[in-house]
Amino acid sequence: MKKLDAQAMRAEKPSDSDRTTYLRVLDASCASCVSKIESALNRVAGVEVASMNLAQGTASVTGNTDVEALVQAIESAGYSAEHLSNHSDQEALEENDRAERTYYKRLIKEMWIALALGVPLMIYGLFIGEMTVNTVFERSAWLVVGLATLAVMYWSGRHFYIGAWKSFTNHSASMDTLIALGTGTAWIYSMFVVLFPSLVPDMARHVYFEATAMIIGLINLGLALEIGARGKTSEAIKRLIGLQPKMASVVRDGQELDVPIEGVRLNDRVRVRPGEKLPVDGTVIEGTTSIDESMLTGEPMPVEKKSGDEVVAGTINKSGSIVFEATRVGKDTALAQIIDMVKRAQNSKPPIGRLADIISAYFVPAVMIIAVLSALIWLNFGPEPRLAFAIVCATTVLIIACPCALGLATPMSVMVGVGKAAEAGVLIRNGEALQTASKITTMVLDKTGTITLGQPKVTEIVLTGSESEEHVLMLAASLESGSEHPLALSIVESAKERGIVTEKVEAFEAIAGHGVRGSVLNHELLFGNERLMLEHNIDVGPLVTKSQAIAEHAQTPMYFSMDGELAAIIAVEDPIKDDSISAISRLKEDRVRVVMLTGDNRATAKAVAEKVGIDEFFAEVLPEQKSEKVAELQAKGEIVGMTGDGINDAPALALADVGFAIGTGTDVAIESADITLMRGSLHGLADAIEVSKVTLKNIKQNLVGAFIYNVAGIPVAAGILYPFIGVLLNPVIAGAAMAFSSLTVVTNANRLRLFKTSKA
Amino acid sequence: MIIINISGLLLIALIVWWFWLHKPEAVTSDGAQITIKVADGIYEPAQISLAAGVQTTLGFFRTDESPCSAVVVFPDLDISEDLPVGTLKEVLLPELEAGEYPFTCQMQMYRGNLVVRNR
Repeated sequence: MKKLDAQAMRAEKPSDSDRTTYLRVLDASCASCVSKIESALNRVAGVEVASMNLAQGTASVTGNTDVEALVQAIESAGYSAEHLSNHSDQEALEENDRAERTYYKRLIKEMWIALALGVPLMIYGLFIGEMTVNTVFERSAWLVVGLATLAVMYWSGRHFYIGAWKSFTNHSASMDTLIALGTGTAWIYSMFVVLFPSLVPDMARHVYFEATAMIIGLINLGLALEIGARGKTSEAIKRLIGLQPKMASVVRDGQELDVPIEGVRLNDRVRVRPGEKLPVDGTVIEGTTSIDESMLTGEPMPVEKKSGDEVVAGTINKSGSIVFEATRVGKDTALAQIIDMVKRAQNSKPPIGRLADIISAYFVPAVMIIAVLSALIWLNFGPEPRLAFAIVCATTVLIIACPCALGLATPMSVMVGVGKAAEAGVLIRNGEALQTASKITTMVLDKTGTITLGQPKVTEIVLTGSESEEHVLMLAASLESGSEHPLALSIVESAKERGIVTEKVEAFEAIAGHGVRGSVLNHELLFGNERLMLEHNIDVGPLVTKSQAIAEHAQTPMYFSMDGELAAIIAVEDPIKDDSISAISRLKEDRVRVVMLTGDNRATAKAVAEKVGIDEFFAEVLPEQKSEKVAELQAKGEIVGMTGDGINDAPALALADVGFAIGTGTDVAIESADITLMRGSLHGLADAIEVSKVTLKNIKQNLVGAFIYNVAGIPVAAGILYPFIGVLLNPVIAGAAMAFSSLTVVTNANRLRLFKTSKA
Repeated sequence: MIIINISGLLLIALIVWWFWLHKPEAVTSDGAQITIKVADGIYEPAQISLAAGVQTTLGFFRTDESPCSAVVVFPDLDISEDLPVGTLKEVLLPELEAGEYPFTCQMQMYRGNLVVRNR
């Protein structure tokens, strides 16, 4: 500990103008290494002072330097080094686990020491004799017990007193302050009675050493149990962090090397065998396989991968052996970003927790004031022995108050809830999104790519004149080759499948919400919806009936005109996702109003809506109108969730109370929405809403429980019941209640881990 | 009894002044990294004064194994970082507008405050 403090002290005082960099040197083991490493570091440009701490395996460097240069200098001296702030998640996790285990063991040991004294004393007081000081023998005996209690306070409760003192000198107060004051008051009063009994009225010559020892023991026990329970709340993030393997097989210069994952560089060729986890993100360059992405997306079916396909870190290679080129490493992999986002979200607070935050900022000093007031009231108006009553009540007030239960109420539930959502492939950005998602009354779904697969296919070409299907498709595909709309891609794809070669397009223009225009082989072409044709005075009469029939089959009829004459209708179908129907019915069961938005024509929209069970839809909505529709719903008092693929609906996603972005596979649109669904399925929406509802309910239970506990407990501890029913709370019971109140909060949050969504 | 009552009231006044009214002096950053020690229930220093519109890096050095100190949260900045024991953890703060930005542990028992001023 002293060594840590020594480094901390050094870290506290960086020179005014320069930065101090800390490095971990992994394999320095002898005193001669120290001078070697120090001189290597001192040779780096900009270094003013470099010093190596062999015991800790760390080096600190002061000066304006480049971290990479420092690491290289150590490496060229024959050692390996890393920047201390660049710990991998895995290492940080292991370190925290280690620290928690040490802390747990210490608390348990301290608990036994305290209870070894406290329990016999309590048994004596309850069943055997009086804990009073009336004879010389009693004085001597209690003096010994008092000194033994002081030893317990030192061995088992030192951390409370140090914490309390440090907080005090820092003008702040914490749980330590309350425990230190409560146990300290009981001990000081008892010692006063032992040392100066004549100064205390006869009836008040009572000692409370058992309370001091028992409270310290019980609170240590509570803290130890809380550590165990807290560990479970972060299981989801631990599982995500555990997905990343520690080593990777890298092929360099034709040789396969096992390197630590931190050593994988961009463009490295990485080999993965069946059953192995992928270490970094990349593109397959050799081999085919199926990959289990369920741990990231929640999608149970393995995904086939071949040369050119993207693969991501943390997924499991199932069948074949592949080689892929690393495209994202370290903190840039999708997994690292997901971990980062989940961690940030787990530590963020939903607005519901703000009141508790404000209260906890004033809580401890307020409890101290209540303790003083209750002592004064007992001293002024209480029955004899007033002094003893005043001391007992003040102590009990200090001990029973539990700011931790209030402080833990929200973060523990958020931690479990956000983790639970992540397990289902739902990434929640922060606590606010979590809270708002629980209140969503209307869910707006974009049609293309959200309800449907977003991979439209040409199903039919209806001609009006003598042009051939191939010629029409060639012209249409040539025209659309400049467009990025999913429908355009389907036309180009269809032409490709038929082996049609496209021509050059001139004067191309995309008309948002209508279609495209341009010139190919000297033909003036228009391709788009009915509105586009009508605006250019093109008669669509001959094909209206056919167009309606196409739309009624949930397909999109696209009008194609050549030189001012309608030439064809090309029908395109975007298949509905397998589980859209069941996901939408789940949303309805969760009492969410579902509305569909689409730029498609009314008849197609109606057919799709009917197919998936949506009663309300807005068709022929221009991209810029999507956010207007969201605003309209909000103006009617709805809490609106908007779901889209994030491509052309970003403004609507941003305006909605909660924006849901649908990722496809592991191509995650992490930055674009409040909630990201890592797999394409709409079941993620119901999962998100259900998890957020149950999490908010859990937070409310915790907050209400913690409020009631403190609001009811403090007056009872102050002795409010005494005038009515003659009951005073024993400080030991107050200590037990306090220790277990925060444990109750953590345990209640842990119940969330058992929650299953309605689909599961 | 009067003396006891007056002492009690004075004690209350002292609590109010010491914990609520007293404004401790802030440690000022002139662009260099400030290292904050995290141990025994407090951030040290806990009051930090920064210039507005300047990116700053805070170093957190946690020596306390208690899980209470394991995370530092800047609620207004949407920043939260795990603090491994015995490791300097750097937290990069964006350019901030003038104002106060508290930072705490998850349970709000560790408390610190960034005071950002226009200079």
